[in-house]
Amino acid sequence: MLPNFSRENHPFRMKAKIIITPKKAVLDPQGKTVQTALEHMGYTGVTGVHIGKYIEIDLAPGTDKAAATKAINDAAHKLLSNPVIEDYRLEIE
Amino acid sequence: MNFSVLQFPASNCDQDAVHAVRHLGHSARLVWHKDAALGDADCVIVPGGFSYGDYLRCGAIARFSPVMQTVKQFADNGGLVLGICNGFQVLTESHLLPGALIRNRDLQFHCENIFLKTATNDSPFTSKIPAGKILRVPIAHGEGCYFADEETLAKLKANNQILWQYCDKDGNLTDSANPNGALLNIAGICNENRNVAGLMPHPERACEPLLGSDEGKWIFESIFAALKNKTVAAAA
Repeated sequence: MLPNFSRENHPFRMKAKIIITPKKAVLDPQGKTVQTALEHMGYTGVTGVHIGKYIEIDLAPGTDKAAATKAINDAAHKLLSNPVIEDYRLEIE
Repeated sequence: MNFSVLQFPASNCDQDAVHAVRHLGHSARLVWHKDAALGDADCVIVPGGFSYGDYLRCGAIARFSPVMQTVKQFADNGGLVLGICNGFQVLTESHLLPGALIRNRDLQFHCENIFLKTATNDSPFTSKIPAGKILRVPIAHGEGCYFADEETLAKLKANNQILWQYCDKDGNLTDSANPNGALLNIAGICNENRNVAGLMPHPERACEPLLGSDEGKWIFESIFAALKNKTVAAAA
């Protein structure tokens, strides 16, 4: 049987994960609304909810991790996030 | 005067802007986002709508279109650029204007008439607005809450870059007159050089009495006057 090299199962599959969150000083009405809803539902101990974005980028097998980190940081700064209102965290695996 | 009105996929106030400029006696043409040339333009309007479906963030993708590279050069050379609604968002994403526009504080899309106070007549976009005149113009946006950090706000104030603020009908800058939670009730600003401006309200939808208000025309009249002065100065 041939090995399954589909996108999900590729042995050298690399993924960049970018998590974007609103900066602390920026009003986050979605987060506030969800927090209120959680409280109404009876969930206690919630002190804050912040709603952001999650972006996954598939990278070609064998991509150099250091180069990819540099390129994606650049892209995250220019396009994927807006540094005026958002922070981001990048993970490559 | 010649106006170039940009057209992105899902722009929807482009025709309104062209109509308003022509109605007020000047010429306007549409420029497709893939064109890198603006033609013979005295002023560029970045119109309202939902450019590129508002994907990722409003205005984020439009920033990288070929036409915006030309608009940036045009602005750097002192050309007048006005961004309306989505156009304002495009200009902040393009770093032609400081700050950002975020989701309205009540999460609602607001489509209504509001009142605008002109904070300064010292700009090509406000010079002809009669002193003390409160403009009644429509807004139509879900993400029009102006945000900038404290340092940027201080700079905007120090340089007189705040052009318009939401107010009540008597001109008071109240919280209840603020439709989206914008900091300092900011509805529109200009850059430090005062040749690029953006605002969330739609003056182009309020240029003739038939549409319920013709008070948006004062913004266009200001631009016409500024362009005329510029032409006179260049010829002298």
